[in-house]
Amino acid sequence: MVVYSVYVVNKAGGLIYQYDNYSPRNDVEKTFSYPLDLVLKVYDERVVVSFGQRDGIKVGYAVLSINGFDVNGRYTADNRDVLEYLNTSYNYPLAIRFGRPRLTSNEKLMLASMFHSLFAIGSQLSPEPGSSGIEVLETDTFKLHCFQTLTGIKFIVLADPRQAGIDSLLRKIYEIYSDFALKNPFYSLEMPIRCDLFEQNLKVALEIAEKAGTFGAGS
Amino acid sequence: MSRQANRGTESKKMNSELFTLTYGALVTQLCKDYENDEDVNKQLDKMGYNIGVRLIEDFLARSNVGRCHDFRETADVIAKVAFKMYLGITPSVTNWSAAGDEFSLILENNPLVDFVELPDNHSGLIYSNLLCGVLRGALEMVQMAIDVKFVQDTLKGDNVTEIRLKFIKRIEENLPAGEE
Repeated sequence: MVVYSVYVVNKAGGLIYQYDNYSPRNDVEKTFSYPLDLVLKVYDERVVVSFGQRDGIKVGYAVLSINGFDVNGRYTADNRDVLEYLNTSYNYPLAIRFGRPRLTSNEKLMLASMFHSLFAIGSQLSPEPGSSGIEVLETDTFKLHCFQTLTGIKFIVLADPRQAGIDSLLRKIYEIYSDFALKNPFYSLEMPIRCDLFEQNLKVALEIAEKAGTFGAGS
Repeated sequence: MSRQANRGTESKKMNSELFTLTYGALVTQLCKDYENDEDVNKQLDKMGYNIGVRLIEDFLARSNVGRCHDFRETADVIAKVAFKMYLGITPSVTNWSAAGDEFSLILENNPLVDFVELPDNHSGLIYSNLLCGVLRGALEMVQMAIDVKFVQDTLKGDNVTEIRLKFIKRIEENLPAGEE
């Protein structure tokens, strides 16, 4: 059972804190010979697989490194175009590592404010009057739990669907936020949280939540 | 580990004297720094406001109160839960206006003024004005604009200390999604 990550969104929809607790690594490294039997394309400044799923390399995976050298977007470490490099037969055999591209902090920011809007839309679309907005979003592989405080701050936890006790974890994170962010006089409201104590205590809370699955009284 | 790792939902008890003496030092310093009492009052209110906007999150995280649906409920929570939690006193709620948008908190023993005698040259000073700012700041964060002021003060020879709260409006633009 794991908690994947934690997001804190302020009332304007800005991401003020993000923490990746655990991200499953599903990188695949394989040695290829010419010609490459995967179809690659450039998408969003990355070289990704568009066709030819095989050996755990899935469509959407990006080229992360070639022969152990990390690629830099669509360029190799020594500044050559990746696609061109891979189409040149005398470079082979090549060890290429593929994996799901990580979210950049910019993308996380965008997604957080997008969720903020979806939350607002959700509460307006609801046929039930007085609906609270999105509290849980469940998928095959993870569950997103959102807790909005009366003041409008959202605490979002992504966790394994089987993980129990997320509600009390969210309350606990609210407490930690009120203790270690708000009581720090040098933290300005609505701004990104860069407080070590906050992070330390958050980590402890996540550990306890993962181990117990739930918070007992007085934990 | 953290110094508050074992802190539960019940708050830590501490001697209120350090608090009242610190507050006294703050007020006397402000009286030295500003020429007139009006400015001191304003400054205390401003500080209180800044405390209030942070304190509300602590309050909501620790007490399990939900959203108040009318001003009477708000009055009850302020008097019975919030004042109890942070100052250890329970003021009484009285003098409701006919419209139900105004009430008074009567403080029997204001802990801030435990050892205070107001000198004659500070007749305009509202010694505990910080509390007004705290109430205003905290309620603003839960989308209530209110007006708070002291109308009676034992320091000024009144029988009781009375804080008057007047509801102005709901701050709709700050209302979080999903709250009607």
